[in-house]
Amino acid sequence: MKNKFIVHPYMPNSVPETKKEMLNALKVEKVEDLYKDVIPKHLRFKGEMRLPDPIFSEYELKKHVEKILSKNISSSDYISFLGAGCYQHYVPAVCDEINSRSEFLTAYCGDTYSDHGKMQAIFEYCSMMAELVDMDVVSYTNYDGGQASSSSIRMALRITGRREVILPKIMHPEILSQVRDYCKHVADIKFVDYDPVTGQTDLKDLKNKISEKTAAIYLENPSYIGILEEHGQEIADMAHEHGALFIVSADPSSLGILESPANYGADIVCGDIQPLGMHMHYGGGCAGYIATPQEKKLVQEIPTYLYGITLTKVEGEYGWGRALNERCSHGSREDANEYFGTECGLWAITAGVYLALMGPRGMEELGETIIYRANYAKNLLSKIDGVKAGIFDSNHFKEFVVNFDETGKTIDEINKRLLDYGIFGGKDLSKDFPELGNSALYCVTEIIGIDEIKKLVAALKEIV
Amino acid sequence: MGNENNKARKRNFHQARWNEPIIMEMGTKGERGILIPAVEAEVRAITGEIESLIPKGLRRKKAPALPEMSQMQVLRHYLRLSQETMGADFNIDIGLGTCTMKYNPKIHEVFVRSHKMTDLHPYQDESTVQGILEVLYKMGEFCKEISGLDTFTFQPTAGTQAIYSNASVVRAYHEDNGEGEERDEIITTIFSHPGNPAAASTAGYRVITLMPDESGLPDFEALEAIVSNRTAALIITNPEDTGIFNPRIKEFTDLVHSVGGLCIYDQANLNGVFGITRAKEGGFDMCHFNLHKTFSSPHGSQGPGAGAQGVTKKLSKYLPTPTIEFDGEKYYFQYNRPDSIGKLRKFYGVPPVVLRAYAYVMSLGAAGLKEVAEISILNNNYMLERMLKEIPGISMPMAEGVRRLEQARLSWEKLKEDTGVGTDDIDRRIVDYGFQSYFTSHHPQIISEPFTPEPVETYSKADIDEYVEAFKEIANEAYSTPEVVKTAPHNAALSTIADPEGLVNYEKFACTWRGFKKYIQP
Repeated sequence: MKNKFIVHPYMPNSVPETKKEMLNALKVEKVEDLYKDVIPKHLRFKGEMRLPDPIFSEYELKKHVEKILSKNISSSDYISFLGAGCYQHYVPAVCDEINSRSEFLTAYCGDTYSDHGKMQAIFEYCSMMAELVDMDVVSYTNYDGGQASSSSIRMALRITGRREVILPKIMHPEILSQVRDYCKHVADIKFVDYDPVTGQTDLKDLKNKISEKTAAIYLENPSYIGILEEHGQEIADMAHEHGALFIVSADPSSLGILESPANYGADIVCGDIQPLGMHMHYGGGCAGYIATPQEKKLVQEIPTYLYGITLTKVEGEYGWGRALNERCSHGSREDANEYFGTECGLWAITAGVYLALMGPRGMEELGETIIYRANYAKNLLSKIDGVKAGIFDSNHFKEFVVNFDETGKTIDEINKRLLDYGIFGGKDLSKDFPELGNSALYCVTEIIGIDEIKKLVAALKEIV
Repeated sequence: MGNENNKARKRNFHQARWNEPIIMEMGTKGERGILIPAVEAEVRAITGEIESLIPKGLRRKKAPALPEMSQMQVLRHYLRLSQETMGADFNIDIGLGTCTMKYNPKIHEVFVRSHKMTDLHPYQDESTVQGILEVLYKMGEFCKEISGLDTFTFQPTAGTQAIYSNASVVRAYHEDNGEGEERDEIITTIFSHPGNPAAASTAGYRVITLMPDESGLPDFEALEAIVSNRTAALIITNPEDTGIFNPRIKEFTDLVHSVGGLCIYDQANLNGVFGITRAKEGGFDMCHFNLHKTFSSPHGSQGPGAGAQGVTKKLSKYLPTPTIEFDGEKYYFQYNRPDSIGKLRKFYGVPPVVLRAYAYVMSLGAAGLKEVAEISILNNNYMLERMLKEIPGISMPMAEGVRRLEQARLSWEKLKEDTGVGTDDIDRRIVDYGFQSYFTSHHPQIISEPFTPEPVETYSKADIDEYVEAFKEIANEAYSTPEVVKTAPHNAALSTIADPEGLVNYEKFACTWRGFKKYIQP
């Protein structure tokens, strides 16, 4: 603006006459007169913020921002085999239609009466997630899946009054980092090894590590590297024998075809709902969920809002409100179980739309298609000289490790070359898990078809 | 002028009321809402059948009892629910004070819905995401100017996570200085957001809360009495949610620094001080902005938002990993941060919210942002002048004669005494007038029968006049026909007052349909 006056489209009272009229009503000359006695001189910012010259016309702003965005190559420009906690699934058009509705997009914390529809939509999201997870309580969203894991672990610490948590040796490194910070002063972390052949939990090692000090065993199923853990019930039993809780982080896109952890003994199921109708948004599409049985000792430890259903005087009519608030920070400040804030309401509503569209059959077919296509890709990749796909002898969901040791090339080199073919190769695992060698984590969702897989295989054959 | 156009309107509002069933009771067996790609025979020929690809015992035995609905029916259901939701776009949303319900420019939605934003994977090669990295980097530079602090990150999902992150940085800093054990107290104020003390206690701190004196400000002498070598940090908001600015804030931060503590500035209420005063001038070491409030990103039915967390140079090394750097040619992530507190959220925050904030700053510039603050102060003072003069039963407790900045905490205490109509009644009644229900106060309510309006800069004088007129009318109703207010709402999507039992009693509680059917209404 550089001192040049303009009437800004976002500020109706920047019209000089209006401003004057309002100042007159307040009997002051200029706006500064309203705060000159309130904000003393020594606190005033003397200079001008060094910000770029503004772009006032919407057209030029659009041109400016689109020019910057055009420097991005998206996963729909290229073929992407990236997953590792953020997934490119198909997003039904109805999901985007609903989450771009001004009513949902621009609402905030209105409640029972003004935002009846929003409350119902969130309750329905929880209700459908409850069916998918096969548990009776599902919380309003958490910031992301990692926060859901972190809070689930702290719930277990409080419930058991213990400090030790057993985590899998191979887990999402970013979630591990979240857990380490979030549980820093309240937990001691131990790691359970994996079976070198199957990549699944090493039950012997777990037996050695679990004790009466253990608050929880936490697993991801499918694991970070896509492996399906077959011994869920045995692990749950082991946890329960020692008075510990069993927490499983589960990818909800798998639950139409795979058994819910609730049915092999999990006490808390958590994870990320991004696969259910959210675009990746460079990671911004992530949002967490926590599910538990309807038991007071668990429910009272959930740290976020819970939208409770209430009856009204009219038969068959329901209302909703924020329930059991004394649990959480909005109800009891520092005495709350944890803190929470503005989480991811719009993604909850969207995930609800997604589950309603998909229905039971859709979720089952989704799981089936992912399993078929991921196995097909694994199979074809294994046939390339020097490439080993699926280095563990287990079943996989959506993701699997591809090892390139025998090619003599690093993942970084291979992925850089794949860009020339319009392909994003799998996530490089070599730094986080050096023991897996020169490996990458490949992800195949329902939108990766035969053509895309064959293109990857052809490119890799040329590269390695 | 002569704006006859802008005479305050009285509406005959009625919200949509669809009596929409719970989706769990909709649809018919066999209906499909969407189909996904079918598996080709060629694929099956290679992989074998599904049974061989899932471990025995891990195949789901009972299908989830999700609704089975066709696409149009799903769409219609959600459109109806949307019509029963009072989005900020539809109303003069002055009532949600502290939330800064400003206009969310539609052009930003065009940007965030581009596949160049939606379809970016966070682990893509840096060479393919230079655009979004540029936005994240430059927005960080903007925040530095706006705060006067030295380094910013956008990893927090929202404001309270930024507070938590700042509390984690406090812990890392004191641990590094060998004082981690000793400094175990964080001081905050009773008017601050409840997430602040909760974030501090989640990070392991004992919380001490300052109460206000008659000025509405935290008592300086009380602070003098409690600071010590146990003080890790002060978390404070200025102006507080009351709209009262603390002119002695530098004395507060100096005092905390004098005993070795750090000072965190919760800038959820940035909107009234943009370009006028900054974290730096107040002597703060750390701050955060809520990009979904002050920087125009829509609130999304409670998120996702984004928190911009800023710190001074000495604390930069503790910020979450990674940071975004620029070498003069390209933007890149810096992961080599051995002193960092680690991750708060997978990947890198909520980038589309940062993109909107970037576009917002670009559309206003430095002078424009200061104009935002000035007009929000003008709007608020104009609104208060009218409300306090014209509405019976309303008052503005504490700090008499002191101007508020961009928002205010008012009280209906007198109205309640006079009529029996309290703030909860009025909060329901305002919905009948076509406005969002308002924010009363965070817990605990220090000011009785509270009401916290915030008429941000995107509302016109006519909007404010209409808003004031509505409350004037409701206050008059309270005196003449109190039952109308007490039994409100009458014209909302839900017109019957809900029984609060299910919200406070574990035995009556259900947050899912199956829970409700099992335990509450078998």
